[in-house]
Amino acid sequence: MLSLYDGALNVPKILKDWYEEEASGNYGAYVPFVGTVRSEDGIDGLSFDIYEPILSSWFEAWRKKAKAKGAIVKMAHSRGDVLLRESSYIACVFSPKRRVALELIDEFVEDFKASAPIWKYDLKDGQRVYALERSTAIKGSGLLGAKE
Amino acid sequence: MVRVEFLGPIRKNPMELDIANLSELAAILQEDEEMNEWLKNSAVAVNDTLVSSLEAPLKDGDKVSLLPPVCGG
Repeated sequence: MLSLYDGALNVPKILKDWYEEEASGNYGAYVPFVGTVRSEDGIDGLSFDIYEPILSSWFEAWRKKAKAKGAIVKMAHSRGDVLLRESSYIACVFSPKRRVALELIDEFVEDFKASAPIWKYDLKDGQRVYALERSTAIKGSGLLGAKE
Repeated sequence: MVRVEFLGPIRKNPMELDIANLSELAAILQEDEEMNEWLKNSAVAVNDTLVSSLEAPLKDGDKVSLLPPVCGG
């Protein structure tokens, strides 16, 4: 399940809803990861753009990968502005055994950071500034650049 | 015509171009100085699938997207 929301995530509700959705599924492990905006470099918050078509296909590939291991992945992310100490990202894995869940959440979050088509901006002094130095070029980038 | 979209922080309006492959698109965009850095660090998708070759043929109605460096979470 991939869920996108305008603004900050309602963390307690999302975690509770996911827990209840899978309560009858005989999963031994539920491992959530919650990403929260912290105070750093004088920012007032973060803001996000999302390109949904490619995010959806990226997530679908992960859903199938998890299913092959008997696991379920879920993810929620914010669009637009999220202020300090609010949360913009939740991912989780349900699996029969803990080892699969712990390994999968690590792989999933790392690949999310490197590949998911989401762009982050710092909110600072009323401006929305692209966080280029904290961003990662998607694998295969530079295809259209001049060959040196 | 092929529609070219610039995602996220690339502040550029979509273009409609008569091109047959990504090599032709590369040549056009390399003429635009403001695109130089973006071309070096952006990935390319055709009809929402990431591609790795300039030779992939393009046809009327196709959509090309440029995806600059990402940072979700």
